[in-house]
Amino acid sequence: MFKKILVANRGEIALRVIRACRELDIKSVAVYSEADEKSLHLKLADERICIGPAMSAASYLNIENIINAAEKVGAAAVHPGYGYLAEKKELAEACENRGIVFIGPTPENLKLAGDKITAKRIMAEAVVAVIESSPDGITNLDKALGICKKIGYPVMIKASGGGGGRGIRICADEEMLREDFAIAKAEAGAAFGNEELYIEKSIENPRHIEFQILADRSGNIAHLGERECTIQRRYQKLIEESPSPGLTATLREAMGETAIRAATAVKYFNAGTVEFLLDSDDNFYFMEINARIQVEHPVTELTTGIDLVKEQIRLSAGGMLDYSYDDLNRRGWAIECRINAEDPERNFLPSPGTVEAYTPPGGFGVRLDTHLYQGYELPIYYDSLIAKLISFDLTRQGAIAIMKRALSEFVISPLKTTIPLYRRIMDDPSFRKGDFDTGFIHKFVAEEDEFD
Amino acid sequence: MANKRVEVRAPMSGVFFRKPSPDAAAYVEIGDMVKKKQVLGLLETMKVYQKIKCPANGEIVAILPENESPLKDDDLIFVIEAV
Repeated sequence: MFKKILVANRGEIALRVIRACRELDIKSVAVYSEADEKSLHLKLADERICIGPAMSAASYLNIENIINAAEKVGAAAVHPGYGYLAEKKELAEACENRGIVFIGPTPENLKLAGDKITAKRIMAEAVVAVIESSPDGITNLDKALGICKKIGYPVMIKASGGGGGRGIRICADEEMLREDFAIAKAEAGAAFGNEELYIEKSIENPRHIEFQILADRSGNIAHLGERECTIQRRYQKLIEESPSPGLTATLREAMGETAIRAATAVKYFNAGTVEFLLDSDDNFYFMEINARIQVEHPVTELTTGIDLVKEQIRLSAGGMLDYSYDDLNRRGWAIECRINAEDPERNFLPSPGTVEAYTPPGGFGVRLDTHLYQGYELPIYYDSLIAKLISFDLTRQGAIAIMKRALSEFVISPLKTTIPLYRRIMDDPSFRKGDFDTGFIHKFVAEEDEFD
Repeated sequence: MANKRVEVRAPMSGVFFRKPSPDAAAYVEIGDMVKKKQVLGLLETMKVYQKIKCPANGEIVAILPENESPLKDDDLIFVIEAV
């Protein structure tokens, strides 16, 4: 096992990894930017090292600074968390070249995860259903019209160079495609420096279901069940749960098998997530593999009893995966709310500032992953996720009741947060029935809202 | 009629950008004539970008913060002489 791990991240996920290290008796090293000198991860780690100025590009995204820091402190391995450099093959390669273990997938896995067109081709060859799409980047309207005629409307136009849900348009018919194509092209050029567009069939009102996978170096792969991630705003997840209220046991088995087939086809290593879209007729389509630990991993941990971060570390140290889904001691239901410092009443505008009053929730069935403390000033430089509140109970109804109670206890003042929005959602009859699709959030938030 | 001095202040704390990308030209320079609703700069707060728009027709007479500098809520950014 490693003696020392450098945690190349900040915020709640840095704490998550540092805590796992502490329990495994591994020394942890926190990295921090000059804007993070008062962050909690510095206090909880065994050692700390500054990796540069406030702007992420100069610190948390600076591969050379991170590798140098790892060498300086004598870390045997680097855990990248999520976001930042977690899925950059360059960090994984740099680690390999300098004799440091990257706790995550192989550089080849990361390369493929970033290349959606090749990944889809490999998946189609592995007999995994993929959403019909244009074979390559398109800039010509006539070509686009021909492809759409073949795959059928509605279609989704995406910027080939885009990501994170940005720059997506849905066209209901040919007329709309004619109108939107040139605009989408110009927008893609302006936003990503690449005018190429990518077209795929739009699945109407789908659910977003993903499967957690774990894999060791000798090719043993298991899935750990699904996460329901349908409740999103602008393609950003807000609430996740496990299991999904939308899956039957048969469907779960079929999707789980497909997830393993997908991971096998790319020789996947370590923890990852296979994302699917599920339509209203229970057809499911491969979307992508997220080659990292995900924000929403706690709902899987609570329902399987597996600590995914410890498993990432163990597998990276050469450990074997000797269990499958059926061996897991699965039980209960877990729900996570991602609490952001954003004002849901003012179009989710960020709400920076100092936490003056802070009362975290607690009690039976509550897990809180957060880096907040009273007196903490949120840096303006980093994203607005400030806490993940997770509830667990034997039934979904029980987990909702605990979440509702925990949300009502949670005080983070004077910042605006998404807590009031989640309190309303917990009372929503469709949510309580488990009956929702990706359009659900529009019951609470206007669709066309845009701040300028 | 005397020209009126109009101030443009930060709507919240954030990092101020004078240009849309590192290699691009600045949105505006001192002495530029600007129109109401024209974009003068960007403010990035917790990974979200807001456009800073011009409140009046006029001339830019002062640009206080440097590019990429952190601003506090209500910090003065531009001074415009309205026409």
